[in-house]
Amino acid sequence: MFLKEYIKDVYNGVSSLLKGMRKTGYYFVHPKEIITEQYPDNRAYLNLAERFKGEVIMPHDENNEHTCTGCTACELACPNGTIKVVTKFEVSPEGKKKKAIDTLVYRLELCTMCNLCIVACPSDAIKMAPNFEHSVFDRTKLTKVLNHPGSKIKEGIE
Amino acid sequence: MYNQTEILKDTSELGTEGELVINMGPQHPATHGVLHLVVTLNGETIKKIEPHLGYIHRSIEKMCESLTYRQFIYVTSRMDYLSSHINNLGCALLIEKGIQIEVPDRAKVIRVILSELTRIASHELWLGAMAMDLGAFTPFFYAFREREMITEIMEDTCGARLTMNYIVPGGLMYDLHPDFQKKVKAFVKQFKAKVTEYEDLVTNNIIFQSRTKGVGILSAEDAISFGCTGPVARASGVSCDIRKIYPYEVYDKVSFNEILDTAGDSFARYMVRVKEMNESIHIIEQLIDNIPDGDFVGKTKNVLKLPKGEFYTRVETARGEFGVFIVSEGGTTPHRIKFRSPGFSNLSALNHMAVGSKIGDLMATMGTLDLVIPDIDR
Repeated sequence: MFLKEYIKDVYNGVSSLLKGMRKTGYYFVHPKEIITEQYPDNRAYLNLAERFKGEVIMPHDENNEHTCTGCTACELACPNGTIKVVTKFEVSPEGKKKKAIDTLVYRLELCTMCNLCIVACPSDAIKMAPNFEHSVFDRTKLTKVLNHPGSKIKEGIE
Repeated sequence: MYNQTEILKDTSELGTEGELVINMGPQHPATHGVLHLVVTLNGETIKKIEPHLGYIHRSIEKMCESLTYRQFIYVTSRMDYLSSHINNLGCALLIEKGIQIEVPDRAKVIRVILSELTRIASHELWLGAMAMDLGAFTPFFYAFREREMITEIMEDTCGARLTMNYIVPGGLMYDLHPDFQKKVKAFVKQFKAKVTEYEDLVTNNIIFQSRTKGVGILSAEDAISFGCTGPVARASGVSCDIRKIYPYEVYDKVSFNEILDTAGDSFARYMVRVKEMNESIHIIEQLIDNIPDGDFVGKTKNVLKLPKGEFYTRVETARGEFGVFIVSEGGTTPHRIKFRSPGFSNLSALNHMAVGSKIGDLMATMGTLDLVIPDIDR
């Protein structure tokens, strides 16, 4: 009786093992079905999703103009204090004072990519970009100024 | 909880009786994080297990008290990071209940589909990691192949692979990706074709079966008294699926079975999770062609204020019941917030389940509890 069960156990063990080995053997001889991606080598054809939340950027057009009015909605929406909007007053040729941004400081090291600032922005001045290779040797390089030097607000954006 | 000197004192005392205290963790690969188990052994038999917590405590509950009702949702993704979408859903449901926000039908259906996808992704990761704990390395890659399809769907629609933060009070952050339905259908087809591979590799494997059957038995009474929820309690025969008992969103309109098992051992917990994946696929199949048109977010005020009072909601995450409790004073931030996380209660049953078994069986018992340490420590 004992011997019978022992042989049955061995038979079951070997057969279940072979069943599993057959599965792995199938993929061994069908290398096209393997989906492994070799990351640093596939940078050229690596296509990330367009919505991928990698970092906050401020798009500028060809005239170096952005649409940020300096309303600080993003600063208020941010849970971590990642964004700091420094505003200034621009004096127009007619002598009118107008609020505008001096710098929009973005601290990548504090950002959790929660997307709340993008949703809060009333003029779509900032958006998420799919860059994910952020490692630098110096921590201070992670503090960025989003508006380009010499840029100004687009006409007609209030 | 011991302090450091007491641990040393205990060790010397027990050493005289021929017992041995070993520290498993906080950097042990099989604890899936920084869980520290102080295991008292007699030979190879476990006498006592004492989990030491606090290595990854970030005081999320206190942190949430300084954030507004729109901001605190993203923090909950960092608790149970494998079912972050469902955590966010729980918080959003509470705010919607408190302020009486009307959520559009489209948002409700999308939320459920994404919740079920999250549940499958979580169970897939658990299956791979659990088999790896028991020495089988191959199933890990097979499980991650299907999980990768889900993370790509999440990446397309939510913009992130793990900490989505796609849910806002009143609906969703933005509309679905145009390819969403096509990709989900492709995933469902692939999953149904490939789920038999898990049976060949893991379920029917004789080594896996003999290492999990009859190991770490938890009776139904103990599961209730320890407050276990989710697949851990359902494997012991306790009916505790929040989706069935207190249906939220559109769970009362879809048909699915609550998977129950009565054995209460590690193999039963394994089978419950594998069958739950099939049920989630069944839910997705019913909803994916019936996403109603319309808005994806309801009308809300810019600044949300919960009325004065106490609020509680619960949702079923991949690990069990996740509850949010908020005491509001009527301001823009919660006065006090408490999360009921499933992992903490499930971990508390570990000592009861593992005492008397061998140290090698501890891996099987702990693996099937599906612990996520940031969920336990918060």
